[in-house]
Amino acid sequence: MRTNNVILRAVVKLVVFIILTLAVYLFLSGHHSPGGGFIGGLVLASAFVLLFIAFDIETVRHAIPFDFKKVAALGAFISVSTGFASLVFGEAFLTQAFDYFELPFFGKTELSTVTIFESGVALVVVGVVVTIILSIVEDV
Amino acid sequence: MSNLIVLPMAVPVLAGIILVFFRNQVQIQRWISLIVMLANAGLAIYLLNLIQAEGVMRLDFGGWEPPFGILFVADSFSVILVLTTSVVAAVCLLYAFSSIGKRYENMFFYSFVNFLVAGVNGSFLTGDLFNLYVCFEIMLLASYVLIALGGKKAQLRESIKYVLVNVISSWFFLIAIAYLYGSIGTLNMAHISERIAETGQAPLLTVISIVFLTVFGLKAGLLLYFWLPGSYSVAPTAVAALFGGLLTKVGIYAMIRVFTLFFYHEPSISHSLIGVMAALTLIGGSIGAVAYKDIRLIVSYNVVIAVGFILVGLAVATPAALEGSIYYLMHDMIVKTLLFLLAGTMIAVTGKTKINEMSGLIRNYPLLGWMFFIVMLSLAGIPPFSGFIGKVLVGQGTVEAGSYVLLTLAFISSIFVLYSLLRIFLGCFWGETIISIEDKVPMKRGWLFPSILLTFATIGLGLGAEFLAPYVSDAANTLLDPEVYIDAVLYE
Repeated sequence: MRTNNVILRAVVKLVVFIILTLAVYLFLSGHHSPGGGFIGGLVLASAFVLLFIAFDIETVRHAIPFDFKKVAALGAFISVSTGFASLVFGEAFLTQAFDYFELPFFGKTELSTVTIFESGVALVVVGVVVTIILSIVEDV
Repeated sequence: MSNLIVLPMAVPVLAGIILVFFRNQVQIQRWISLIVMLANAGLAIYLLNLIQAEGVMRLDFGGWEPPFGILFVADSFSVILVLTTSVVAAVCLLYAFSSIGKRYENMFFYSFVNFLVAGVNGSFLTGDLFNLYVCFEIMLLASYVLIALGGKKAQLRESIKYVLVNVISSWFFLIAIAYLYGSIGTLNMAHISERIAETGQAPLLTVISIVFLTVFGLKAGLLLYFWLPGSYSVAPTAVAALFGGLLTKVGIYAMIRVFTLFFYHEPSISHSLIGVMAALTLIGGSIGAVAYKDIRLIVSYNVVIAVGFILVGLAVATPAALEGSIYYLMHDMIVKTLLFLLAGTMIAVTGKTKINEMSGLIRNYPLLGWMFFIVMLSLAGIPPFSGFIGKVLVGQGTVEAGSYVLLTLAFISSIFVLYSLLRIFLGCFWGETIISIEDKVPMKRGWLFPSILLTFATIGLGLGAEFLAPYVSDAANTLLDPEVYIDAVLYE
């Protein structure tokens, strides 16, 4: 049975971009206020899940050709590597650093290694959530 | 500060993640895992000597000073266990190379072995109570995957039980930590110890200690071992050997650490209770070991007996008894792994699991038979092998403390161990051979070689006890004198 889901698809096409923007906002705001890699990653994953619901899996897989298990592994790798990076500089494991830079468009901006760690966390969350959803879908 | 002491946990984590990218290159996965374990073993030997020279070492993550940040603390006891873990894991990997099969190897088997070892090493090294919980969870999550991987019916049945028991006990662990944090206000292990010593161990704290005892009793299989024999006997041999060698030992480690560092002020309550539980474990394990005909169950019940024996040493808590417990812990990690490997090999060559279904194996596989004989002697505590020194010291400790009931039970349990394994030896290795020349399953070198390595390890541990003595007595001294640990963490 094919349901007619034109409205759903039309809305999803628009909403996915709003969700992706929100995800990036939450991710970046996590540095000083509520948010962060985990929550940003969850919202990001919800955008993908919404795509899987509105369109069929084959179409979305074709459009986003990642192996999400590898995405999760890549994220974990990034996060753990930031811990190891501090060893290179002779600091204690997991030491983080930050500094202020004058960037052309943003003005005075704080850049920190925690953001790299958090981006790893976000990738792990996206990878794991999408892998779980996809394997449940395959079972049914 | 030395970053070296985080490596036994951090390197396996990193290796486990990298292996995900090499899902189909099995050779690369095997070599990376093996090299990681061997590197850890070498690092642990180096650290052990460094600790003798410089005292207890610590590493504050991210430069956050204790008691505010999370830290790793390496004393002799922790590092001895890290060393044994690395050896055991390397040998189990060697056995897995020739036995586990491509189906497992493609399903991230080696990644999860690495995560398991990371969790185990992290639990041994951490100096923060909540971090101990986290490391326990890393280990348990990896073990959930390893026990369910393969998807046989018995595996699913037992893994559901295993997961349920462990999730509930982890929940209790969390509650116990919350209670302790609520009454003491810190999670740093040295700081907890100091504060309990300052305020005295009030009845409330003793109750909290009993909650911890329950949790670790479930994890270690002390009295609450009902889940253990079933779940250890369904996993593939290499995994069962890894579990038998490592998992309960982490619970034992945590129990020894908690009851020598935090709750040592009221031994008449907490340590007596440990003694009673250890006694009941020895009795229950002994009955189980002689009651079954399935080799895997007999071997699993032998794990239970050893848990009881090691914690007899903690219950009396004299210097000799604790040294004995440490020796026996090392011995047991090596020998139980060997026992699981030999039992698994016997089942692999005959295709049978019950004693009365096999006989005369020594004609077909003499080396296997003699190695089983050596394990049996080692577990029973016959002199040149590694079980002897631990049993003597624990015995000496119980005599000094005057707990003759524990002494009697501990040594009667050794007779039961001997009897249960002798039954396997007589039933399976002696008698008329059941395997004709043409049906004989060829023994793979990859099955025998890991067992040979561990057999040499048990002989070496027995003969080299003198060489190990300074490390073990340093470990026992640190356990008996919490000031050493507290000074190293808070005042250096």
